[in-house]
Amino acid sequence: MKRSNEPVFWGLFGAGGMVAALLTPVLILITGILAPMGAVDFSFARVDAFASNILGGLIIWAAVSFPLWLSLHRLYHCLHDFGVHAGNGVKAAFYGAAALGTVAAAYLLLF
Amino acid sequence: MSKRKPYVRKMGSTWWTKNNFHTMYIVRELSSLVILAYSVILLFGLNALRGGEAAFDAWFAGLTNPLAIVFHVITLLWTLYHATTWFSLAPKAANLWIGENRVADNVITGSLYAVLGGVTVIGLLIAFVL
Amino acid sequence: MSQVMKVEIQRYRPELDKEPFWQSYDVPYTKEMSVLEALAYIKDELDPTLSYRWSCRMAICGSCGMMVNGVPKLGCKTFLRDYPQGMKIEALANFPIERDLVVDMSDFIAKLEAIKPYIIRETEQTPEDGCSIQTPKEMEQYRQFSMCINCGLCYAACPQYGLNDKFMGPAALALLHRYNNDTRDEGKEERMAFLNAHEGAWGCTFVGYCSDVCPKKVDPAAAIQLGKVDSAKDYVIAMLKPGE
Repeated sequence: MKRSNEPVFWGLFGAGGMVAALLTPVLILITGILAPMGAVDFSFARVDAFASNILGGLIIWAAVSFPLWLSLHRLYHCLHDFGVHAGNGVKAAFYGAAALGTVAAAYLLLF
Repeated sequence: MSKRKPYVRKMGSTWWTKNNFHTMYIVRELSSLVILAYSVILLFGLNALRGGEAAFDAWFAGLTNPLAIVFHVITLLWTLYHATTWFSLAPKAANLWIGENRVADNVITGSLYAVLGGVTVIGLLIAFVL
Repeated sequence: MSQVMKVEIQRYRPELDKEPFWQSYDVPYTKEMSVLEALAYIKDELDPTLSYRWSCRMAICGSCGMMVNGVPKLGCKTFLRDYPQGMKIEALANFPIERDLVVDMSDFIAKLEAIKPYIIRETEQTPEDGCSIQTPKEMEQYRQFSMCINCGLCYAACPQYGLNDKFMGPAALALLHRYNNDTRDEGKEERMAFLNAHEGAWGCTFVGYCSDVCPKKVDPAAAIQLGKVDSAKDYVIAMLKPGE
């Protein structure tokens, strides 16, 4: 039997599951509900200052990247659950998208 | 001569509609749809933030659309559902011992809920106070 | 006072039928009657052609697994009183139907055997060597997983096994975990290949239904997640020491 390379994706999926369960809910509440309804000051200057702070930047990076690994991992396996037997190309596209989002978030925060 | 003729039942793609437990499994897995969408929205927001004030304000204006707010309410609820399933299954993937005693499942699950509560309070403090 | 329940049973007679069909029986029952006893009543009093497996009648032999209203159950441990709306009984899901409620479990048995479910020693111990002492903590690492009665309910609950029968499945992986975590065992290396494979622990998506249906309160889902942790560690070690 061939060794699976799943441990790599499973590790990232696990980290993503934790971030999505612990951090994402309050972020959705702030950016998606409270700020648009005017309850929270969400001005450019304030958000820019938060993102420029090292800790703030790390929080944003974690909130963008890890849930990508969670969700794309689950959706890839869901294809199989729905009877779609996707090949390695689709697998590469799903995890490639997660990697791309991870790198893009880091790039946007750093440069 | 053998009269054996085993009958193999096909699962099809709607198997998860026939059993509640399986349905809730798919509901759990499909929370990924809104979680993915939210990550992408944040990524676009980050890109807009780096594009300057006008770009950021345009992105934020999109979030104030009532449909966007409804979407975020659904996303919040579905993500919280993910959190409850994640916390209740977490003890199975952990084999934690303190001395000769295994850490009870409800201690692990309870701790995760406590962390969620703590992170939420800190997040709201940052949003409202700082 | 006895009531009458309409019990629907999925029949399949390989020499006559192209596919299974439903047949309905009226079974008088009392509060104490199990599904297995209802099947016995049908076979003795209504229809001697009905086939089903049973032996111990007390949830230890693992023979009478079947689907009751779509849920994997042991016939001996399921009671008519809990189904006032009536019941539909079907052969255990995810296995080929041999006849009526009898399924072909040979794939399941082969998987249980494949993972070497016995203590492996580098050098055999004899009674003269004395006892193998284990602490309560060491025993707790595997005890619950040794309670499996090989009834197959967890395979009927597992959509991943249903979708792809190459998957080792809950009971075999739980048994693998049981022996890998027994301090008396020295055969872990011989079992890791099964755990590390796509068809091993990594074929599981943590649906968790296997643990929910287990009539002996074994938690195969936990064994598999802990197996994934073991396999992930093994993956890292293999990366650091290529060629071994």
